[in-house]
Amino acid sequence: MKLLRILTAVMVVILTLCTMSTAEERLRMSTTTSTENSGLLKVLLPPFEKQHNCKVDVIAVGTGKALKLGEAGDVDVVFVHARKLEDKFVADGFGVNRKDVMYNDFVMIGPADDPAAVKSAKTSGEALSRIAGKQAFFVSRGDESGTHQKEKELWQAAGIKPSGSWYVEAGQGMGEVIVMATEKRAYTLADRGTYNAFKKAKTDLEIVFEGEKVLFNPYGVIAVNPQKHPHAKYELALKFIDYVTGPTGQKIIADYRVNGDPIFFVYGQ
Amino acid sequence: MEAVWNSMNFLAESLAAAAALIMALDPEVVHAVRTSLFTTAIAIILAAGIGIPVGTLLGLGRFAGRRAALTLLNTLMALPTVVVGLVVYGLLSRQGPLGAWGLLFTPAAMIIGQTILAAPIVANYTVAAVAGADPRIMTTALTLGAGRLRGAGQLLMEVRFGVMAAIVAGFGRVIAEVGVAMMLGGNIRNYTRTMTTAIALETSKGEFAFGLALGLVLLTVALIVNLFLNLLQQK
Repeated sequence: MKLLRILTAVMVVILTLCTMSTAEERLRMSTTTSTENSGLLKVLLPPFEKQHNCKVDVIAVGTGKALKLGEAGDVDVVFVHARKLEDKFVADGFGVNRKDVMYNDFVMIGPADDPAAVKSAKTSGEALSRIAGKQAFFVSRGDESGTHQKEKELWQAAGIKPSGSWYVEAGQGMGEVIVMATEKRAYTLADRGTYNAFKKAKTDLEIVFEGEKVLFNPYGVIAVNPQKHPHAKYELALKFIDYVTGPTGQKIIADYRVNGDPIFFVYGQ
Repeated sequence: MEAVWNSMNFLAESLAAAAALIMALDPEVVHAVRTSLFTTAIAIILAAGIGIPVGTLLGLGRFAGRRAALTLLNTLMALPTVVVGLVVYGLLSRQGPLGAWGLLFTPAAMIIGQTILAAPIVANYTVAAVAGADPRIMTTALTLGAGRLRGAGQLLMEVRFGVMAAIVAGFGRVIAEVGVAMMLGGNIRNYTRTMTTAIALETSKGEFAFGLALGLVLLTVALIVNLFLNLLQQK
């Protein structure tokens, strides 16, 4: 029993050390893999951290999970891309002060020989029905991410319930899915940012459909509602939202390039 | 032929990248190594604190329910890391019973999960070590006037190689696992990112060579730790 007491004491000391050793404030942000993997956060966050003497802890997961973390109060701010889910998040009282930050768009990518002849499709609905008609491989994120939400929306709009061995539900991040689609010679829906980062050396898939209005991909930032979660760092979250939507943050986003290509675009001006 | 050449290239690229990482002491990699070692070390100390007494008790004791306890311990060795992650996540989330502690996505949360992972392994190896010991050690100690606790201490000294094996096995499981570190730590850069979660991240970015390079760095670190433990054993 004495041992148990010693152990408990040791545990408590360690746990407090772990949490107390952080002199500066920590802002927890859940975000999508696309913002983290693009490398944008590495340049976007440091000026804010310096200005407010804080650290932004980035937890990069799919949009669905990022919002869930906000609902549970495990983060202070969410930075995601699934407009309908974001609006629901705010309407349900979990989030406040939602702001538009930036946008890019989704593209359909597939093998260069284009077995389902998607390249000549006029709409995304037509593109998808050609893929389904040919039963050409299509890799779905299958992880409730923002990209997955958009993909489901597009199938629904096309009036197709995708199923069968040609429809591969990966349950993984954007990068993994592009790699999987490359290996399987499959089609998939990707955000342009991640695709741009991959197209130089990591995939030979080409854009087969792009430019339609429904493929618009806006990113929003939302503070977790302090009335639901009093421990949430609301003040700092608001400062963060002001920063990324303000001139400094917007300029960093607009100027950000990967291999010379812009990845995200800002509104206005 | 080209495919073979390409795969050779890939491995060569990884090796070169690993060498470059070690040489340059890339600060992010160094931080990930530190986080891995720090959380693993504390988790192993805690797991030893729990596992060695439990293992000794089960190895020496003769009591009702001992068999059931041993079976349970064996089963716990098969605990999937994501399940441990999920359970502890449920406890530590703001919605969970311990949510007020605010420990989710901190190194402390990872340590809790890793301790749960390692403790059954340490206990099991200790059971084997203690059960395999010369039964006369205990009786001799007792006839020499030692209490049961002192006797058990003496026994553990005698089987210290087995106990060390328990710790090495626990260390191996914890430093190599990714489920707990990812779920409870959140893979936060320069905070809770470990070697393994960094590898998972690089893989998700399609940076396979860099991921493999990190894997080689992890193996090197594990090698150094094991050499050190080996040195301790020879003393």
